[in-house]
Order: sequence, then C-alpha cells, then structure tokens
Amino acid sequence: MMVLVFDGLLACALLWSAWRALATPRLDRAIVFFIAFGLLMSLAWARLSAPDIALAEAAIGAGLTGALLLDAYGAISRRKGGK
Amino acid sequence: MKRLAVFCLACAFVVLTGGALIELGPAAIDLRGQVAAQLAASGVSHPVTAVLLNFRGYDTLLEVAVLLIALLAILAVTDKPPAAPVPAHPLLQAVARGATPAMILVAVYLLWAGAHRPGGAFQAGAVLAAAAVLLHLVGLLPGWGAPGLRLRLGLTAGFALFLALAAALLSQGALLQYPPAAAGTLILVIEAGLTVSLGLILAGLFLFLSRDEGGET
Repeated sequence: MMVLVFDGLLACALLWSAWRALATPRLDRAIVFFIAFGLLMSLAWARLSAPDIALAEAAIGAGLTGALLLDAYGAISRRKGGK
Repeated sequence: MKRLAVFCLACAFVVLTGGALIELGPAAIDLRGQVAAQLAASGVSHPVTAVLLNFRGYDTLLEVAVLLIALLAILAVTDKPPAAPVPAHPLLQAVARGATPAMILVAVYLLWAGAHRPGGAFQAGAVLAAAAVLLHLVGLLPGWGAPGLRLRLGLTAGFALFLALAAALLSQGALLQYPPAAAGTLILVIEAGLTVSLGLILAGLFLFLSRDEGGET
C-alpha cells in the first residue's frame, strides 16, 4: 500500500515538474524544475528496477545537463546586464 | 471554442495512448533468455554491462565517437581564450576540495562495480566530469583553452584504445568478438580507458564553453 502511494506521488510529481519546467515564464526557475524533474526521473527508473539508467540519469541528465543549462543562463543574463 | 476542441483532442489522445499501453502484447523479440544463456561467456556477470561492452560493443564504440565529435564541434566554434577563474567563497572551495577525492573514489568504484552490478564507464565518467565542473565553479580549476597535447591524448585515449582493441580482435572473426577467457580483462581495460576519456569529454563540454567574458560567478 505504501509503495503504491509512493509510486502515485512520484508519477504526479514527475508530471507536475515536467509541466512547470515547460510553462514557467522565468528561465532560472524552469532550469531548477528541469533538474528536479531529472532527479525524480532517476528515482522512477530506480523504482522500475533499472538502476543502470537511474545512475546515468542522475549523473548526466540532472547533474551535467543542469549545470550546463545554469551556466548558459548565467552567460545570457551577464550579456544582457553588460549591454 | 478552439481551446475546448484542443483540450478534448488531447484528452482523447491520452486515453487512447494509455489504453494502448495497457493492452500491450508481449514483445515480439525477447532477448533476455539469450543474454542470460550467454552471460557466462561474456566475461562479466552484470547483464547490462555484458550487452553494452560485449554483445553490442559496436554500439558503445560509436556512442563514444559521437560524444568525441560533439566535443570537436564545440572546439571548432569557440575561439576565445578562457576567462580567469573567479574564486568563490572559501567555505565553498573547502567543500569542493573535500568532495573531489570522494567523487574520484566513487568513479573508480562505479567502474569496478560495472562488472557485476549497476555501474560502468559512462556513470563513472559522468561522476569524474561532475567533480571537474564543481572545481571549476568554485574557481579552483580554470576553464580550458585550446587543448594541449596531453589533453588531446586524454580526450581520445578511450576511443583510440577501444578502436585498437577492436582492430586487434578482428582475427577472431567478427568486430569486437572477445576470446571468452580474456573477455573480463579486456572489458575492464576498455572501460577504464573510456572512464578517463568520457570524464574529460563531458567536463570539456562545460570547461571549453566557459569562456564568456566576466567569468563565473
């Protein structure tokens, strides 16, 4: 029963964070939602007993891609602020 | 009115897709049995690693090539020298310094664990790259300029090693067909090379690009 509740919450959180990442008007918040989505996704892979994909998703999907997106956001806002 | 129609269509699509997923028949090709039957000959005991590095080693070889080409494309479009690193708060720097050895240890563990449990070269390389990005963000590791000879060798070593082994093993009859007795060692050697190179490539995606004037914050 607890497992079912957890899975349901995870699925809802996934959909919600995915929607927020797409619909948020502010870029920085969208990036944070994207990172949160990546972490939830890796949890979902772990629940689907695919730990290999969960590891790759956590390291590459949430970690590196998130860092790259934040760096790009920083570069964009610096360029806007400089001009 | 238009919105309502789009909403109804979207709902119908969701219901239909969900119904199709629930009524999904058994897969036309079930390879699990074949993998399990051949696992003993693959040199590793974790089926995912066996598929990635042995049964479908060709795919992994090309994946690494794709990553390398992506990095070359980045190198081709960036020509500014790297910005001077801006040191972050000393506390952040101390945390990053403390975390780096642990992350390297985790990467080596993931590489070693790949033979018999979830893990492997891609995950280990990603952890190495994350350590480099962390050090860069706190200002301890400057961004990379045009790569020198050592960095070039490091970036290509994994792919070159993989390719060289593939060429050397061509006498076995098929591309990347390992002799079963040496398969475990060969896979570990290839994965070790891939870990170093993938770590450098993934870190390079970040560090070669951080040449924006103004530096990091």
